Amino acid sequence: MTNNLTQEITRTPPRSAGDDIKEASGVYDQTDISVRPEEFRQRGPAEHREKTFELRNVSVSYGGNRAVHDVSMDIFHKNITALIGPSGCGKSTLLRSLNRMNDLVPSAKVEGSLLYHGADIYGPKVDPVQVRKVIGMVFQKPNPFPKSIYDNVAFGPRTTGIKGDMDDIVEEALRRAGLWDEVKDRLDDNAYGMSGGQQQRLCIARCIAVEPDVILMDEPCSALDPISTARIEDLMLELKERYSIVIVTHNMQQAARVSDMTAFLMVELTADEKSRWGELIEYDDTSKIFTNPGDSRTEDYISGRVG
Amino acid sequence: MTTAGITVSGGGAGNSPRRSLEAPSPRYGEKTVKVILAACAGLSVLVTTGIVLSLLSGAADFFREVPIHEFLFGTTWAPAFADAHFGVIPIVTGTLNIVFWALVVSIPLGLLSAIYLSEYAPNRVRKTIKPMLEVLEGIPTVAIGLFALMFLRPFLEDVFPFLDWTGPHAIGVAGVAVGLLIVPLVASISDDAMRSVPRGLREGAYALGASKLRVSARVVFPAAISGIVAAIVLAVSRAIGETMVVLMAAGARPQITFDPTKSAQTMTAFIGQTATGEISFGTIAYYTIFAVGALLFVMTLVMNLFAVRLVRRFREVYE
Repeated sequence: MTNNLTQEITRTPPRSAGDDIKEASGVYDQTDISVRPEEFRQRGPAEHREKTFELRNVSVSYGGNRAVHDVSMDIFHKNITALIGPSGCGKSTLLRSLNRMNDLVPSAKVEGSLLYHGADIYGPKVDPVQVRKVIGMVFQKPNPFPKSIYDNVAFGPRTTGIKGDMDDIVEEALRRAGLWDEVKDRLDDNAYGMSGGQQQRLCIARCIAVEPDVILMDEPCSALDPISTARIEDLMLELKERYSIVIVTHNMQQAARVSDMTAFLMVELTADEKSRWGELIEYDDTSKIFTNPGDSRTEDYISGRVG
Repeated sequence: MTTAGITVSGGGAGNSPRRSLEAPSPRYGEKTVKVILAACAGLSVLVTTGIVLSLLSGAADFFREVPIHEFLFGTTWAPAFADAHFGVIPIVTGTLNIVFWALVVSIPLGLLSAIYLSEYAPNRVRKTIKPMLEVLEGIPTVAIGLFALMFLRPFLEDVFPFLDWTGPHAIGVAGVAVGLLIVPLVASISDDAMRSVPRGLREGAYALGASKLRVSARVVFPAAISGIVAAIVLAVSRAIGETMVVLMAAGARPQITFDPTKSAQTMTAFIGQTATGEISFGTIAYYTIFAVGALLFVMTLVMNLFAVRLVRRFREVYE
């Protein structure tokens, strides 16, 4: 069970984990990162083999400045995939390119191939509005609408025209987000009366109500206290039974606790050494990244020596 | 020797850890600035109070001669005639007609342009259109009045030939002209209100698969409603207060009518026309100016209070 595995990792302090690797790291070829996900896919459990996203040489630039350079990775079905790395390494940018949120920034440009179950997300016939129905997103700062709790959850289903009884849809979404018992008596209250953690779970409920396939989470706990954070993490582990989740986090413990796969990105100098961009350094099974990383930069980062 | 030692350690810069906590200078500049600022703020309050008081005292003189119910409910307005009548209703309906047509034009045009500017327009387009709108806001109203007479009137006559156009003046034409005059005001303030809606709310809606139209109409517009209502209230105030366009295009015949092709006098047009020197000081006709002015003041005041309540009720507070 992955749960047992992640608990084990949590108990292991990162520094000693880093020390262990020193002996083990010789076993792996540290220069060739791209081989690693393939390797995992071949020997990983069967349910992990289905790919939700395939990224090939993906680069994202804002107005000519490249933020993310040449990322290739596969994101697996019903996995939690964590993107970690220091500030400015482009992990949020990469996340936002998965559901075309970057389209909202006029100067943003995505290059390379980004496939969702084999279909090009940036294909000519693809409608970004439809993409975002299938690939939902939860943001760093809880952003409920200034409306009632009920209307917040009902917003998505009303938009997409999902059929069925709206009361049932709202209740089901709130139940799945673990919020129903707390709010069932005050569904008509304004969402801004809730605590930050509740607001964030409401945003998750709002996202679930649209019945997406994938939930992207951009540092969903960074504005929350530890108790709310723990609740959201529990929720994520429940949600992965139904959804593929990609989470950007600053918190390495969090990545270790909840994710199945971890991608480590880092800020690197460009070839001409004039500017910087984010690059994927290593992508592998979370337990491997945190106990036995293949790249010394990953090891330095997770053991707290850098960033 | 001891005393000398104490003086050195007490007053010396380097030796004692204790430093003076008293102000090094009396800071007269600070105090002067504070007085000047307070005086400026006080002056504007004083001037406003003065205007209101002079209106009210003039109006009080008027109501000593004419009973207030005759003024408020009378249906004939002829203050300068030998057989004088002081029923204000004809010029109040004149004003309301103008406000109505002005809003019919300016609310849809203004709000739709604001939605376009804030949600749809590319940055480059917005940067061109917004300053143009603001220039439009500054066009002298005499020019708009001329435009109403020379262009708008014949144009509307062509568009609606089946209406009974008689005489050179029409409240509909004046109302539409006033409406065009205040479109930039409505658009500019509503655009600011919608742009100040946090980006997070928009992103949240887009991430749920909402189209641009839905994000604009269901998230941004409601969140900006207090600013939008403020824009409309300002527009109404501006329409009530507009004088020159109305004087030029709606004429000066005080009559109760709701036909946009007919001429009608408004409250401001009456004041404008009368105050240009036709009437001698101290006569009853002279004091009517103050009575009408006071009524205008009360109308805008009531409307502003009403708008404040309305905003409080429908406002969507974020954070």
